Amino acid sequence: MDKNIQLFKKQEKIYPRRVWGRYRKIKWMSMVILLGIYYLAPWLRWDRGEHAPDQAILIDMSGRRAYFFNIEIWPQEVYYITGILILAAVGLFFVTSLFGRVWCGYACPQTVWTDLFVWVERIVQGDRNARKKLDESPLSLNKIYKKGLTHLIWIIIGLFTGGAWVFYFNDAPTLFDQIVHFDIPLTVGGWIIALTFSTYLMAGYAREQVCTYMCPYARFQSAMFDKNTLIIAYDEKRGEPRGHHKAGESWEGRGHCIDCDSCVLVCPMGIDIRKGLQMDCIACGLCVDACNNVMDKIGLPRGLIRYDTESKQPFNALRPRTFWYGGIISLVGILMLYSLLTRSPLEMNIIHDRNPLFVVLSNSEIRNGYNLHILNKSRTDRYYTIGIEGLENANLRIQANNEIQNDSLHVFADSLGNFRVFVTAPKQQEIRKEIRFIIKANDDSEIKESKETIFVSGSK
Amino acid sequence: MTDKKERDEFSGVETTGHEWDGLKELNNPAPRWWLWVFFVTVIWAVGYWFVYPAWPTISGHTKGSLNWTQYKKLSEEQSEILARRGEFSEKIKISSLQEIKNDSELYAFALAGGKTMFKENCAACHGTGAQGGPGYPNLNDDDWLWGGDIATIYKTIQHGIRSGHPGARDSQMPAFSGVLKPQEIIAVTEHVLSLSNLAESSAEGEEIFKQNCASCHGNNGTGGREFGAPNLADAIWVYGSDKKSIVAQINNPKHGVMPAWVDRLPDETIKQLSIYIHSLGGGETSAENQQ
Repeated sequence: MDKNIQLFKKQEKIYPRRVWGRYRKIKWMSMVILLGIYYLAPWLRWDRGEHAPDQAILIDMSGRRAYFFNIEIWPQEVYYITGILILAAVGLFFVTSLFGRVWCGYACPQTVWTDLFVWVERIVQGDRNARKKLDESPLSLNKIYKKGLTHLIWIIIGLFTGGAWVFYFNDAPTLFDQIVHFDIPLTVGGWIIALTFSTYLMAGYAREQVCTYMCPYARFQSAMFDKNTLIIAYDEKRGEPRGHHKAGESWEGRGHCIDCDSCVLVCPMGIDIRKGLQMDCIACGLCVDACNNVMDKIGLPRGLIRYDTESKQPFNALRPRTFWYGGIISLVGILMLYSLLTRSPLEMNIIHDRNPLFVVLSNSEIRNGYNLHILNKSRTDRYYTIGIEGLENANLRIQANNEIQNDSLHVFADSLGNFRVFVTAPKQQEIRKEIRFIIKANDDSEIKESKETIFVSGSK
Repeated sequence: MTDKKERDEFSGVETTGHEWDGLKELNNPAPRWWLWVFFVTVIWAVGYWFVYPAWPTISGHTKGSLNWTQYKKLSEEQSEILARRGEFSEKIKISSLQEIKNDSELYAFALAGGKTMFKENCAACHGTGAQGGPGYPNLNDDDWLWGGDIATIYKTIQHGIRSGHPGARDSQMPAFSGVLKPQEIIAVTEHVLSLSNLAESSAEGEEIFKQNCASCHGNNGTGGREFGAPNLADAIWVYGSDKKSIVAQINNPKHGVMPAWVDRLPDETIKQLSIYIHSLGGGETSAENQQ
């Protein structure tokens, strides 16, 4: 009986070594671009006229609006977010089926921030060996200084991460001024602290554990793989049998892998790619760079480790799978674009009174009451005309403290107008008759909307 | 019961002895982080005892250092709401009904307040939607016994109807059971129904109506607001439009009573109620009333 069997694997600290090369360059570039977008996007301005925020990208919780350049979304249009989520999911499937887990390797926030944190480590503490040595060394002033500085910079990065997040939900210059003066709403402070802490924890400590154990996408992306998907592959035929090699020795009868472990040392996931495609591999290509550098040095052709397909056939993007994913993306994209382009600046709701359902008047006519909401989603104050269809000899009037004519229902720009509507008509044959309310903008005949409701006359 | 604990062969951990299809449950200790959270919550709970009311005692309960009670919290929140409302209530108190109507913000406040106060005070008789019922007028329609302009509604709510209050609206329809013979009552009932084309009239019925009823209800039966005499020629009937109900009402009339609210509700509430009732759809302008 072995008492030391571990039921859970302990995290082994990974010290990724520095590497130069094509994929490292792509990774740096994508980090700069993505972080740049993240930090700078809230500062973009977009003129929407008076009484409207001039921030290009803004989710205004208290004002209940979301702005994206010239698009403005009201809360009930939250289905656009569903569309975006579908696009994001299928987009991930599409890219994964073509190029493997490049999202994980280059674009995922977990990867980007971890990369940034490792860079900080390297700047302060040195490369792999220096870091390892420092960790193993006894406590000293130097160790405290280097470790402390690393953590301090990490926390500052975390603060900026959380600090940038809140700008998406508030006017950035105003909030920045508030932050500088330590005069911020409680929610903003809470978010900054929470995101500072989570950034510090995820990019500083959890790192590859997130990809291996926490992330569901990491797991199910392998379902999008097929034999023609680009993966990081070690060319076993060419590499094996591996072994150390001295300059001048013949390459006859042995593989090209000189067992230098470069590919293992640079791997941020701490895996050995020569064991084949693994669940942990995030397809960042750093091992490709490392191996190519070695191959250059020993004068062998590059590509012992490379992006390749499992079938070893030339990369072919035109496959049924990619057509399906591409088709779904186009369909959802076109639907969203269509609905955005044809989005009406007017919406209405009409609610029939429930109590009383109808009122008998002294001349035996019937009156029904309705609550009418007119949503003016445009940026101009507007007057609307109201009418009904499907009810003969009907009289319609608006109940208000001051007289409102049926052709002058005023609703302010970007606002909701509430109106009380009374419809009077002779008693109808039908107990509930279906009728239709029509609203038209006075200044633009294109802007109109109608809704079906009922006119209740009661039993015979 | 086994006296010796079984140990799992691979992990060396005690088992609970529970077995399902050959699988046994390990008796692992609770995770340490979980235990710590548990201990912290226990300490937290003890802290509660000192700060908040917690333990029952013979004469009540421990008060806690904050001296917090739900009643105190409630009254604090209520006074906060009252203070916020106070500004509007004060304005309504000093404004005339017409001034309230002219101020859209004040009008909206009065409508909302009136709606709530209606449900609290009036709905018992008039219904939550003010739709009334047999004997209780529907306040949504355009038929008013005493007048439907906002000032008249205000006065009716203030003093009530047959409430005994000096300012109350008062009138009495005599009982005709001993005055008219049963056949005569049937005849006049048919005449009343004929006013809304619900029956054939007779010369006798019309004659009886003119002699006995017209003085209050008018020659054409259109009623009179100075006596609160209902319009008998319209489609709205407080006590029912069938023959039996009308005969009963002539024989031995029922008289609705509405309490006076002037001593029960503050003036600003009565103003809000007037504005709410007037907005229900049948409200008249003052000019109509003067006709």
